[in-house]
Formats: sequence, C-alpha cells, structure tokens
Amino acid sequence: MKKIMVLGSGCTKCKKTAEVIESIAQELNIQVSVSKETSAEVIMSFGVMSTPAVVVDNNLVHSGSIPYREQITHWLKDA
Amino acid sequence: MFQVFTDFASWLTYSILGLSADTKLGSAVHFFIEDVSKIFALLIVLIYVIALLRASLNVENVRDYLARKHRGVGYLMGSGFGAITPFCSCSSIPVFLGFTSAGIPLGVTMSFLLTSPLINEVAILLLMSLLGWKFTVLYIVIGMSVGILGGLFLDVIKADRWLQSFAAKALKNGQSNFVAKTQGTADTPKRMTTRERHGFAKTETFGIFSRVWKWVIIGVGLGAALHGFVPDGWIEQHLGDKQWWSVPAAVLLGIPLYSNATGIIPVMESLITNGLPIGTTLAFCMSTVAASFPEFILLKQVMQWRLLAIVFAMLLVAFTLVGWIFNIFTPFL
Repeated sequence: MKKIMVLGSGCTKCKKTAEVIESIAQELNIQVSVSKETSAEVIMSFGVMSTPAVVVDNNLVHSGSIPYREQITHWLKDA
Repeated sequence: MFQVFTDFASWLTYSILGLSADTKLGSAVHFFIEDVSKIFALLIVLIYVIALLRASLNVENVRDYLARKHRGVGYLMGSGFGAITPFCSCSSIPVFLGFTSAGIPLGVTMSFLLTSPLINEVAILLLMSLLGWKFTVLYIVIGMSVGILGGLFLDVIKADRWLQSFAAKALKNGQSNFVAKTQGTADTPKRMTTRERHGFAKTETFGIFSRVWKWVIIGVGLGAALHGFVPDGWIEQHLGDKQWWSVPAAVLLGIPLYSNATGIIPVMESLITNGLPIGTTLAFCMSTVAASFPEFILLKQVMQWRLLAIVFAMLLVAFTLVGWIFNIFTPFL
C-alpha cells in the first residue's frame, strides 16, 4: 500500500489536496494511506518551501499547489 | 477610460433604482456601484495579466539567488523579491526554514518576509489607478524601507540567538556548507508552456479574487457611508494631523483587523479621499496587512517568544513612525 503524506501548515489548500487524493484513490479503487504533516521540522527536512507538497513513499513528488488530477492518478498507479 | 463605470453606475442608480442624484442616498449608492464595478474589473484583468508574467518566478529560485549574494545587497534584494514573489502566507514557515537552511542570514530572510505582505504587484497597480503614481512610489519606498531596516535591525541585535533550536541549527549548517540545497524542486518546470502559464494565471485570479472581493465591498461601502453621511471636514477636524495620538491609535486598531494588501487599498482610497491624513491612513493599513496575530502565532514554531515580541514591537513602532513622518511631510508633497 502506498503511503502518501501531504506537507503543509494546515491551510485550506493543504486540506483540499489530501481530500482530492483520497477521493481519486477511492474512485480508482486503490488502497492508500493519506496523512497530513504539519510539523515545520519535517517539512524542512524535505527541503520544501511552498506548500502544499506531496510525498509518496518518502519521495517528494510535488510542491506549491493543489496537484492536478492527472498527476495524482500518475502517483497512484505507477510504482 | 473609467467613464464606462460612471455611466453604468448612473444608469443603475438613477434609471433602475430610481434614486435622485441630489439625495445623500442617491450619491452614496452611485459612488458605491461605480467604485465596486471599477475595482472588480481592474482586479480581474490585473491579477490575470500579472500572474501570466510572473508564473515562473518562485521561492526556490529566489532562495538560490539570495544564498549567493553578499549580506549588504541581501537586505535590498530580499525586500525586493519579497515584494514581487508570490507565496501564500500559510507558506511563510517553510519559506523561512528553506531560506535559513540555505544559510541566508536571518535579517535578509526577515526583509523578505516583512516586505512580502506589504507590497505586491497587484496592489501597486491598483494604487496607481486609484490614488496616482506619486502616492504609489511613496508606498513602495516605505514598504521596502520597513522591510530592509527591520531586517538590518534584527541582524544588528543578533536576533538569531532567539530562534528555536532546530532552526538555529539549520542556519548554522547552512552557513557552513554554503552550497544551497536544490532538493524540493521535484517538479518545478524549467520553462513553462503558454498553457501552463494560462492555467496558473487562471487559478491565481480566481484564488485572489475570491479572497479579496469582500474587502472591496467593505472598503468601498465604508467610503460610501463616509461620503454620503459624515459631514465634509469632520474627519479632518477630529482625526487630522493635529492629533498626534491618532497615528498610534490607528496602528493599534489595525492589529485585530486582517486583510491582504490588495484588499486594503479600496479602504485606503476611501479614508484618504474623505480627509484622513495620509500618514494615519498608511499606518492603519500597514498594520492591518502586516501585523496579525494568527500569522505571528505561526512564527512561534521557529522563533522564541522573545524574538517574536521584538519583531511585533518593531513593526508597531515602524508603522507609527511612518504615520508621523508622513503627516509632517504631507504639506510638502
């Protein structure tokens, strides 16, 4: 199962990002665990400066905006 | 160029609503409709065009640039980039840490973060169209000075002593291995296509407009009320530059209020055209924009209380000084 982490200090965009990922995963019937990370220290450790950012299985794949549908599908489907 | 909005307001107020141009209510409603429609139209066009142009400017590039600059130039550049780089205020902590761990001095980072809410390009263009270029230049100079001097001051008193320990460690590490880390740019496009730019601009326009529209209504509504119902000269007499306390009072009043720079400009226009002195208006607006409790509470994650209090007090003092200085010099402008 993929572990997806949304980095961000709790702004609306970050919440939305997590929601969108969860709903698309459900649509595609893919099992994922989505969590939100708000700790400044953790966010820094990924070198992220613009939130929301997305980490899939410990790899940073996106930062700075709510990701598009195609991007999310791509993360969910590919290894 | 703006005649169309006057005509639209006349048509709506006098023909459709049937109000008379001679009544107070009629003129207040006319003013409200004219200004709201004008500002809405300006905002949508301006935000879109500007977003299109600056789509590829991002905090990562700014960090890499600043990390290579000498400290002296750093304050100026930090403040300048703070003015034009787009970033959501909810990102200020990650930006702070990103800059810090690249070894950028605390003062330079703070120049960036302090200027950022005060000036943005949409605000500048809006100011230009509503209050003229002289006032606009003044506003930019003041905003940047607050950022530059604020940053400088923090470095002079060695404020980095009062960072939270992990942030202080990050700063130390960053300074010893000078090379700016470039991770975190996983999908930063090297060159954006026209379609991506359009997408970015559309999202920006929608996002900013949906945050700002209510402030336009409040600002213009306030202006319309003052315009129609407060006797001419009342403000000047009671809150004018003769009353020294009106400036610190305006700064204090601005703290619990929070708006972004774009939203506060219609308020600014109403206050100034209704006779509130420029300095007092500036003090109030800058305090509303830059000194807000929620934002400061966020900074607690990276700063100790002591530093937080210093920064807050510094801002209040700076805005009060700005207000006084302007009220003194207004007659010479």
